[in-house]
Amino acid sequence: MFARGLKRKCAEDEEASPAYSLQRQSLLDMSLVKLQLCHMLVEPNLCRSVLIANTVRQIQEEMTQDGSWCVPVPQTAGRASRDRLVSTEILCRSAREGARPAPDPGDPASELQVVPAAQAPGVPPGGVWDGDGPRENRGSFHKSLDQIFETLESQSPGAVEELFSDVDGSYYDLDAVLTGMVGGAKSGQDGLEAFASTAAPPPSAGCKSDLGELDHVVEILVET
Amino acid sequence: MAGAGGGGCPAGGNDLQWCFSQVKGAVDEDVAEADVISTVEFSHSGDLLATGDKGGRVVIFQREQENKSRPHSRGEYNVYSTFQSHEPEFDYLKSLEIEEKINKIRWLPQQGAARFLLSTNDKTIKLWKISERDKRAEGYNLKDEDGRLRDPLRITALRVPILKPMDLMVEASPRRVFANAHTYHINSISVNSDHETYLSADDLRINLWHLEITDRSFNIVDIKPANMEELTEVITAAEFHPHQCNVLVYSSSKGTIRLCDMRSSALCDRHSKFFEEPEDPSSRSFFSEIISSVSDVKFSHSGRYMMTRDYLSVKVWDLNMESRPVETHQVHEYLRSKLCSLYENDCIFDKFECCWNGSDSAIMTGSYNNFFRMFDRTTWRDVTLEASRENSKPRASLKPRRVCAGGKRKKDEVSVDSLDFSKKILHTAWHPVENIIAVAATNNLYIFQDKAN
Repeated sequence: MFARGLKRKCAEDEEASPAYSLQRQSLLDMSLVKLQLCHMLVEPNLCRSVLIANTVRQIQEEMTQDGSWCVPVPQTAGRASRDRLVSTEILCRSAREGARPAPDPGDPASELQVVPAAQAPGVPPGGVWDGDGPRENRGSFHKSLDQIFETLESQSPGAVEELFSDVDGSYYDLDAVLTGMVGGAKSGQDGLEAFASTAAPPPSAGCKSDLGELDHVVEILVET
Repeated sequence: MAGAGGGGCPAGGNDLQWCFSQVKGAVDEDVAEADVISTVEFSHSGDLLATGDKGGRVVIFQREQENKSRPHSRGEYNVYSTFQSHEPEFDYLKSLEIEEKINKIRWLPQQGAARFLLSTNDKTIKLWKISERDKRAEGYNLKDEDGRLRDPLRITALRVPILKPMDLMVEASPRRVFANAHTYHINSISVNSDHETYLSADDLRINLWHLEITDRSFNIVDIKPANMEELTEVITAAEFHPHQCNVLVYSSSKGTIRLCDMRSSALCDRHSKFFEEPEDPSSRSFFSEIISSVSDVKFSHSGRYMMTRDYLSVKVWDLNMESRPVETHQVHEYLRSKLCSLYENDCIFDKFECCWNGSDSAIMTGSYNNFFRMFDRTTWRDVTLEASRENSKPRASLKPRRVCAGGKRKKDEVSVDSLDFSKKILHTAWHPVENIIAVAATNNLYIFQDKAN
């Protein structure tokens, strides 16, 4: 899949190569999926969540600096790079191209032969590593990426709702993602209040300001 | 200095010939999740070896006295006590399970006949007393031999109960339960050199306890931001200095280590020393931070050095030099080109531990494919060995293993692509004095000794 770990291009390179952008994009997608696929039975590992969230941030920062998706797009001189980032149409094109390397179950396996050792039946479903299944996980990863990309095709305002429709809104509160459960970091009372607030419908314009960093990334993904 | 061993302790890990000694655990290919070993620890004298597993059980092995009639046979470790330390719990407020997996075991220094250890899961630490009983009293006045009460009116004479020998029974009883002090998952416990206090560390906080007091602990480090959305760094490990009871270190997910002095203030949020190696800009990638995250930190026995384990290397630091480590040992550099795949399958988040030998002249850590690595700090030689059933003949020497990173694979080399990433050695322990090592390979515990003796 990748010949080497992704390397950041040096500063002189104004335009990141298309291959690099694709790789970076699929890494971003993979990371977002990882943040979403938490064990909901046991509290997710905070260290892992923080490291993944930091990776997402790094990618997003670099993408913001590059300001380009390296896809043939009519030159939009004068348009702020931020606008380009949030354009769904551009994202779809690069995303669809980027979709090829990542979700293919066969590919990553060829690079690294992860032999699933016989695993116990009692493993919680959706467990990313100790679950057996690198295969199973890639399957669900594949499906999630597809879901994300499918919903992005429609550019209606309802795209946001569709994307999040079968996912608890609390996932997009970074706090909740990091602590696994909204009440995790707070005292009992606060926890209940926070729980109630995220039981509300998926993020709308009013909630945007509450969602913080992850929301910024989400903004990139969907037209808001 | 990393001195050559003094007293009875030979130097280094590589002048030695490591041999298989014992393996504990089921042979089945089908591994029950609960049997996966999650921590291994020798007692201070090395005569006891404790393991904890994902099922919340603790198994203690005791070294048999050496048999004079078989001088070549070293003392073997046999089961001494087994008990259920932690049970699964349910947090009703968050609707989440609390795993019973034993994250760490730490022995207390021995003070009497009984032995004490601390064991912890994600949320609760317990102090266990392990004591032997080899006598029982007989000849009670008020009850029969089978325990039935006698009618006091029928007792016509009094006798003094006498102690009779019985088969050795080892009992483990929970003496203290230290609960409800951690919101996040406990990753470390460490007994202080004062033998009265210990610390417990979770992702964001470190608490100080007194061994006698369970209803109170002091928070000494708190890195939780006011707004959790600003969280970018967590505590990954913590340890007390082996001799200075006011000094502790803790490592972070950003690859930094902070040394704190408890005398300076009650809340040790301001470190006394800050250890961080400057990043090499030429090898920077999106995975740089993740692989720099420190998974384990251990002081040397001398207290002059500390060792940190990150994903690809082990580093030795001089406590007097914060700017960079004095030694860096590559564990499995051939994985650097595979980081993206390892990120995808989550292996990049595996937390490997590391350990010193008794004289601080050698260090050991685990890797994948049931390989583990030893580094001799004096000769600067290193070796890769494997814990496997195939090399399990008694006193069979372990053959060094080699991984072929690319290009033509030589005979006996293992290629990177055929490494089994489900066979990871995360937990290893080195006897405090002798060259005996315990290596946990999933559900099996291997014990290796050097042939020299």
